[in-house]
Amino acid sequence: MRSFWLAALTVLLFVSGAEAQSLRWAASGDPNTMDPHSQNVGTVTMVLQQIYDPLIARSRSLGLDPALATAWEQVEPMRWRFTLRPGVRFHEGEAFTSDDVVFSIARAQAPSSNFGTFVDTITRVEPVDALTVDIITRIIDPILPNKIASIFMMSRAWSERNNAARPQNTRNREETHTVRHVNGTGAFRLASREPDVRTVLTRNADWWGWANPNNGNVTEIIFRPIASDATRVAALLSNEIDFVLDPPLQDLQRLRAAPGLRVLEGPEVRTIFLAMDVARDELLYSDVRGRNPFRDLRVRQALYHAIDITAIQRVTMRGQSVPTGALFPEQVQGYDPAQDQRLPYDPARARALLAEAGYPQGFAITLDCPNNRYINDEQICQAVAAMWARVGVRTTLKSQPLAPFFAQIQRADTSAYLLGWGVPTLDALYSVQSLLSTRDVSNNGDGGTWNFGRYSSPAMDALIERMKTQSGPARQAAITEAMRLYREDVPHIPLHHQMIPWAMRSNIQIPHMANNQPYFRWAVVQ
Amino acid sequence: MFAFIISRILQALPVMLVVSFISFAMFAYVGDPVSIMLGQDFTEAQRAELVASLGLDKPFFVQFLTFLGNAVQGEFGLSYRLSRPVAELIGERAPATLELALCAAFIAMAVGVPMGVYTGLYRHSWLSRFFLTFSLIGVSLPTFLIGILLILTFAVWLGWLPSFGRGDVRQLGFWATGFTTWSGVKAMILPAVTLGLFQLTLIMRLVRAEMLEVMRTDYIKFARARGLSNRAINFGHALKNTLVPVITIAGLQLGAIIAFAIVTETVFQWPGMGLLFIQSVGSADIPVMAAYLMLIALVFVVINLIVDLLYYAVDPRLRTRR
Amino acid sequence: MRAFFDSDIWFSFTRSWVTMGSAIIAFICIAGAIAAPWLAPHNPFDLASLQLMDAFKPPAWTMEGDPLYPLGTDDQGRDMLSAIMYGARVSLLVGFSATIFATVLGVSVGLLAGYLGGTVDALLMRIADIQLTFPSILVALLIDGIVRAAVPREVHDQIALFVVILAIGVSEWPKFARTVRGSTLVERNKEYVLAARVIGLGRFKIMLQHVLPNVLGPVLVIGTLNLALAILAEATLSFLGVGVPPTQPSLGTLIRIGNDFLFSGEWWITIFPGVALIIMVLSVNLLGDWLRDALNPKLR
Repeated sequence: MRSFWLAALTVLLFVSGAEAQSLRWAASGDPNTMDPHSQNVGTVTMVLQQIYDPLIARSRSLGLDPALATAWEQVEPMRWRFTLRPGVRFHEGEAFTSDDVVFSIARAQAPSSNFGTFVDTITRVEPVDALTVDIITRIIDPILPNKIASIFMMSRAWSERNNAARPQNTRNREETHTVRHVNGTGAFRLASREPDVRTVLTRNADWWGWANPNNGNVTEIIFRPIASDATRVAALLSNEIDFVLDPPLQDLQRLRAAPGLRVLEGPEVRTIFLAMDVARDELLYSDVRGRNPFRDLRVRQALYHAIDITAIQRVTMRGQSVPTGALFPEQVQGYDPAQDQRLPYDPARARALLAEAGYPQGFAITLDCPNNRYINDEQICQAVAAMWARVGVRTTLKSQPLAPFFAQIQRADTSAYLLGWGVPTLDALYSVQSLLSTRDVSNNGDGGTWNFGRYSSPAMDALIERMKTQSGPARQAAITEAMRLYREDVPHIPLHHQMIPWAMRSNIQIPHMANNQPYFRWAVVQ
Repeated sequence: MFAFIISRILQALPVMLVVSFISFAMFAYVGDPVSIMLGQDFTEAQRAELVASLGLDKPFFVQFLTFLGNAVQGEFGLSYRLSRPVAELIGERAPATLELALCAAFIAMAVGVPMGVYTGLYRHSWLSRFFLTFSLIGVSLPTFLIGILLILTFAVWLGWLPSFGRGDVRQLGFWATGFTTWSGVKAMILPAVTLGLFQLTLIMRLVRAEMLEVMRTDYIKFARARGLSNRAINFGHALKNTLVPVITIAGLQLGAIIAFAIVTETVFQWPGMGLLFIQSVGSADIPVMAAYLMLIALVFVVINLIVDLLYYAVDPRLRTRR
Repeated sequence: MRAFFDSDIWFSFTRSWVTMGSAIIAFICIAGAIAAPWLAPHNPFDLASLQLMDAFKPPAWTMEGDPLYPLGTDDQGRDMLSAIMYGARVSLLVGFSATIFATVLGVSVGLLAGYLGGTVDALLMRIADIQLTFPSILVALLIDGIVRAAVPREVHDQIALFVVILAIGVSEWPKFARTVRGSTLVERNKEYVLAARVIGLGRFKIMLQHVLPNVLGPVLVIGTLNLALAILAEATLSFLGVGVPPTQPSLGTLIRIGNDFLFSGEWWITIFPGVALIIMVLSVNLLGDWLRDALNPKLR
C-alpha cells in the first residue's frame, strides 16, 4: 500500500505542477465507428461529442445552450430560424456555414443513418445567408430544438471530398472514410485511433468555447476500452487511468474508500422495464396453448406484484437505482410525481390473481435479456426469474449480447423482454411515442418503433397525437393522462431508473450528467 | 542435408493444405456469408450481385483456389465484428502476442532448466521435494486461475505491478514493442509468468527425467570411475546430452505457448491475437477465426521444421542414417 | 481378489500416504459430485427457492455468515457448497465423457493402424500427426467456434454440453492412438497372434479379443492423466465463455462468474470453486503419477 501512496503522491505533485493536463479514461465498450450519424449509441456518442458540435448543446443542467447556433426562434408555426455562430472552422480548416447545416441534416435523414427519429419532422432546410438557416417542419413540432441537439454538424466539402456523403452502413462491405476519420468543430481533435485499444484526443485551441472561463483545462484525452470489470477497477486503483465511466457496482464501496479516488453519483435518464407480448393469440415462448396469459390484465398485475424491487435495489443494484412506477424519470419534461406509483410487492396477491385468471398452477415463460448493455442487466433478469418462479411462473432466462438481442426483439420474436430506455430529447413524447404508440412502421416509421410487445390502445394513440401538436398546459395534461393510462393498463412492468456512478481521481472536477456523457471540455484537473 | 530439408518441407505441405481446407470450409459453409454481410433487408438483386462478386456461384475448386490465392497474399476479407480488414487486425495484434510468448518461453527455460538439473542431481534434498510439489501444483492449476491469483497478490494487495494491458509501447516501424519502456516491461511480468508457468513445470520434469536417465548411463559411470569432478561430470557431460531433447521439446512448446496465450491474454486484457481470437469465437466472426487458424498452422509448421533441422544438425546419428 | 491385494501394485499403493490420501480425496469428490442431488443442502437450480436478500453471504464461520449456507452465497442467493457440488458434477461429467470418447476413438484408430498397416496406417497416423502439431485447447476452441457459427443460438444452447465433450474428446485422441499403435505393432509380430491367424480367426476378432487386452496397460495411465487435462480444458473453455451452457454451470463457469466479485471483497464466490477444482485435478494427477510409476517396470 505504501508504494501506492508514493505513486499517487508523485502523480498528484506532477499533475498540479505541470501545464499539460492529460486525462486517461476507460469504459467497457469501444465506439465501433467514428461516423456521427451512423450509430445512435452511447458508446459512440461519448467519444464523438468531444469532437463534433451540434447546433444546440446540453447545458450542465441538461437544458439547451447555444453551440453552433447562437439563437433560434420559431418565426412561423412550421419554420424555425437558426442564427449561426460566426468564425467557426472545422479542424481541417473549412469554414462552418449554413450549407453545412443543410448537408448534415440531410445526411442524418439518409436511410443508413440511425438518427432519423430526431429529424423526422423536418421536410426542408433552407439557407437564408451564410450564417442563417431555416428549418421547415411538416407538422408543428414544439420540441424541435430538443431534437436538433442530437445532430452533429459535418462539413459538406470534407465529406464529399472523402466519399462520405452518406453515413456508414454498418453492414456495408466497404469501410467508409468516416469509420476512422473525423473532421468536427469541437473542443478536441482526434490525434490517433486504434479500435479496441486506444483513442487519443488533443485540445483544439481554436474551439469557440474556450473563450468561456468556466470551461476546463484538459489538453489531452486518452481513452481505453476495458471490457473486463475487474481490470477496469484495478487500472483505476493502480493509477493507470484517471476516470472510469462505468465502474461495476460491487466495487463502489472499495473505490469510495480508496485514497485519492472519489465516486460521483447521480441519476441517469434511463429507465429499465419489462415488456410483455400482449398482441399474439398464443405466446411464442410459453407452455400455454390456445390463449395468451399476458393479454389478461390480472396476469400482468400478478407479475408486477411478484417483484420485490427493494431487494433488487439493495442487493443487485447495491443501492444504485431509483425504483419507479413511471416510464421516464423526473428530469424529463412531462414527469408527474403523482403518477409515479408502483404496485406493491405482494406475492400472495400475485398467486391469487394468477388463480383468478385461470392459472392456479402458474405457467412457463421465456424471458429475453441483454447481458452487456444495462447495469447488471443479466443479474436483474435472474432475480426477476427467481421471483416469478416463486409465484408459480416458471421462467427460463435467455440472455445474449446486445446485437443478437436487439436483432431478435426487433423481429418481435419474443414473449417477454427487458429493455432500458434513455431520453435524449428530455421530453416525454420521445418515450411514449416509441414505446407505447400502436406499432406502425409504414407511417413515416415513427409509430411504436420500439413497441415490440405491440401494445395498442386508441386512447393512448389519441393522447400521443395531442402531445405532438399541442403545447403548454394542454400538452402537460395529455402527458399526465398518458401516464395514468400506463399505470392502469400495465403494458410494461417498470423497474427502476438507473443511477450512473462515475469513478475518478479526487483532483478531477466534472459535472455529472444524467445522459451519462462525460463532457471533458468542462473537466478541470487540479 | 538438402534432401532432408526438402523432405521435411514436403511433409509440411499436407498440413497446410488440410488446415487451409478447413479454413475455407468454415468460410464457405458455416453460416451464410451473404446474409451476414447484407443483414436482414436486402433485395434479390443485391443478393445476386454480392454472390457474383464474392464468386460464390463458381465451382468448389475454383473457390478454394481463389481462397488460397488470397490467403497467400494475406487477404482474408473484413472481420464481421469490426468491419476492418482481417490482415490489418492480426498485424496490429501479432507483436503483442509474440513478445509475450518469447518472454514466457524465456522464463520457462531460464528457470525450468536449472530447477530440473537440481532436482535431477540432488534427488532427495528437501529443496527438490519442494520443487517437485510446486511443479505438481503448477500442472494442476489452470492458467486462468494462476493469472487471477497473481493479479490479486501483486496488483491489488501489493500494488507493485499493473494488472492489465501493455503499458506504453514504442512504435518501431510496424512493430509496437513494450520492451523499451519501464511501464511496458512491468506490464509484461505477470502475464509472462502466468503463461510460462505450465511450460516451466513441464520443462523441469523433462530435464529431471532426462538427467535421471543420463546419470545412470555407462559413460557417466565411466567418467566417475576416471575420477572427474562432479562439476565436470554434471555440466560437461550429463547436461549437454540432456539438453538436446529438451531444446526440441521446448521449441515445440513455443507453439503451445502461442496458443495458450489465448487464456492469458483474456485474463490480463493483453491486446494480442489470442484475445482477438476469443472475441471472434464468441461472436462467430469466421474471417478472423480462419485467418488465425492459418497463421497458427504456419507458425507451428515452421517451428517444427526448424526444430527438426536443429535436431539434424546437433545429433550426428541422424546424419548417418539412410 | 486376493491376488490383487497381494500384488505389487497394492503394496506400492499402500506404502505412499500421499497416493492413498489423493485416492480418498478423489473418491470423495467423485462420490459427492455424483450424489449431489441427494447430498447437497440446497438446489441452486430451483429458482423458486432462491432468496435474493440472502445474496452475498460470506462463509458460515465469519461474522456475517449464516450456518444455513456453509460456504456463503453468490450474487443471486445460491448456496456455494451446493453450487460447487453441482458444478463438480458437470466438470467431472465432461471430463470423464471426453476422456472416454478420446480413449475409445484413439484406441480404435491405434489398433486399426497398427494391425492393418499399409495405407490405412499411413493415413490415420498422418491425421494424428497433423492434429498433434496443434495444442488441444486450440482444437477444442476451433470445434466449438465452428459449431457455434453453424448452428442457430437456441439449438446451440441445447447441445452445448455435447459440443464441449466432443471438442475436448477430439482434441485428445491422437495421444491414445499413437501409443496403442506402437504397442499393436509390437504385439502383431508375437506368436500368439500368429497362432490365432493360423487357426483362421478373423482380423477384427484377433484385434479385439487378443491384441487389445495386451495394449491397454499404458492406456490406463494416459487416460488418468488425460482426465485431469480434460477437466482443466473444460474449466478453461467455460472460463473463456465458450464452454458449457450457463444453465449447467461447471466449476469453470462458477470461477468466471465469481471473478467479477473477487476484488470487491466477495472472494468466496470464486475462490471456493477454484480450490475445489485444484483439489480434484491434483488428486487425479497424483493418482496418475503413482499409476505410471507403479506400472513402469523400469523403476521397480
